[in-house]
Amino acid sequence: MNKVTIYEIQGLYRDNFRVTGYEFGEGEEAVCIVGSMRGNEVQQLYCCSGLVKKLKAMEEAGKLTPGKKILVIPCVNPYSMNIQKRFWTVDNTDINRMFPGYDLGETTQRIADGVFRVISSYRFGIQFTSFYMPGEFMPHVRMMDTGFEDTELAKQFGMPYVVLRKVRPYDTTTLNYNWQIWERQAFSMYTTTTTRLDKKSAKEAMRGILTFLHKQGIAEYHGHDGYRSQVVKDVDMVSVRTTEAGLFDPSVSVGEEVEQGQILAYLVDACEGEVIETLRAPVDGIVFFMHGDALTYADTAVFKLVVRAVI
Amino acid sequence: MITTVASLALPVDEKLKIQKNRIQPEDGADSPKRISVVTGIHGDELEGQYVCFELIRRINAQKEKLRGTVDIYPALNPLGIDSITRGIPAFELDMNRLFPGDVKGNMTEYLAARIVEDLAGSAVVLDIHASNIYLTEIPQIRVNALHEEQLLPLAKEANVDFVWVHGASTVLESTLAYSLNSIGTPTLVVEMGVGMRITRTYGDQMVVGIFNLMKKLGIWEGETEKVRQPIVSNDSEDVAYLNAATGGLFVPAVKHGAQLRKGELIGEILDPLSGNVRDEVRAPMDGMLFTIREYPIVDEGSLIGRLLRVPSQ
Repeated sequence: MNKVTIYEIQGLYRDNFRVTGYEFGEGEEAVCIVGSMRGNEVQQLYCCSGLVKKLKAMEEAGKLTPGKKILVIPCVNPYSMNIQKRFWTVDNTDINRMFPGYDLGETTQRIADGVFRVISSYRFGIQFTSFYMPGEFMPHVRMMDTGFEDTELAKQFGMPYVVLRKVRPYDTTTLNYNWQIWERQAFSMYTTTTTRLDKKSAKEAMRGILTFLHKQGIAEYHGHDGYRSQVVKDVDMVSVRTTEAGLFDPSVSVGEEVEQGQILAYLVDACEGEVIETLRAPVDGIVFFMHGDALTYADTAVFKLVVRAVI
Repeated sequence: MITTVASLALPVDEKLKIQKNRIQPEDGADSPKRISVVTGIHGDELEGQYVCFELIRRINAQKEKLRGTVDIYPALNPLGIDSITRGIPAFELDMNRLFPGDVKGNMTEYLAARIVEDLAGSAVVLDIHASNIYLTEIPQIRVNALHEEQLLPLAKEANVDFVWVHGASTVLESTLAYSLNSIGTPTLVVEMGVGMRITRTYGDQMVVGIFNLMKKLGIWEGETEKVRQPIVSNDSEDVAYLNAATGGLFVPAVKHGAQLRKGELIGEILDPLSGNVRDEVRAPMDGMLFTIREYPIVDEGSLIGRLLRVPSQ
């Protein structure tokens, strides 16, 4: 294992800002794995730190294929993580909205550029990422529907789902999108949580990545192969929205199979305690996403269901 | 008349309302033409607040001169304005990346869609921004090159110092201005002053420009002041970006709007711990300093200013 500084800028009163990478092996730049880019992505950091530990042990045991290089960057934004702020410390910009970056631009554009220059040449790119809404997910691999994506390849992770996301204008500055535009195979790995550690889904994601490395001949890993992934388009998921705002009291959990008409959650008047809305499943489905805050706004998609195929 | 454009219940005993003030001629001498002034998409940009107030005050002082409809929306992001938050609080979303929105979407998308629906059909919309809390800007209008032909004649009437025609960008397709322009409602994006502050001279300058636009559109019959002729730039080579070469404390040596010669000192980046000057920021070309850093702490890369090549007289 070789610990390298990917990008560094001088601090004024803080230690220098450093993006640190962990390299395993030499030769073809095979796979790059990126962890937290926002200051609240603790689970994403945890997954990467677990992979660094595992890959180190595998390298020592001779389980990594010679001539293939793996790079893991557990954290692209230590400055924000250390002050528990989601976006960039000074100007609140999001590094994951700055790709491919610009070396003469603003600070987060420079960070994006400095990181992307190093990682854009890797054949496969995997990023642990988070959703803008607080909530929990079924673990899955997500790809942008850019025309460069290969869903068969994504199935090799053996995660329960492969989600194809329709590209929105604001997606075009994310790492995942730019990796794909640079004709790399890019995957976003979603585990269940963001700010809270969830060991179960972290293990699932780590296993998925090691399985992928094995199937691609990059590492020798003999674990459980995982699931036969189901490919779902994000636009085909069924959203269950609130019409009222209040306290959110769910009756189901992520991953649960639900039947049409089943109660998913109650909305409770925040001051008077009365149930003001009962949310029911509009279809037979599987709870793919569930809102994660105790309070919810009106018109909020608090559940996303994957429709269960008719048997 | 104050009306509600969109309303939503918040979780705990509060309603979120986006409101507008519609001013029409008292005698019913109605013209189908409507001008809309919006501001406060970014909750920390307050320059437009004074423009809204002053515009209403001056119209009401001579309301008999009004021949059309004036719609004023001072707070598109009321929760942001209340909490000094640029984006929509709780969602941490930039509201100006949500347009055109979706009436069947989530709360933020719903609000965005209702705003577009309400503004559509205006003869012109002015979306007033105030740079951000880090930079001060001279009054200027920014025009997407895609809509230059339609917008430039309007922008020249708005009493700004500078019209910046910039290249198209996919990201900007999610802005209010892009959404409205693409459905045929001409929308000018005004940038002036600095975040969290009011620059009264700029506000007054903008109000003069709005009255001039109203007169050109047949919405106002009263006297208007002569407007200034802006510098128009549609060549990216005309604008030089000054980014900090190192982190530190930026202390300017010149004033905002100064005409500079190539090599002239704009300011220094200082290290208050060691007492050293970390860097000198100098003009890379002759030009006018139309943007300058307001917030003194900079990281490497932070924007310190922008210089506009001024055409020779």
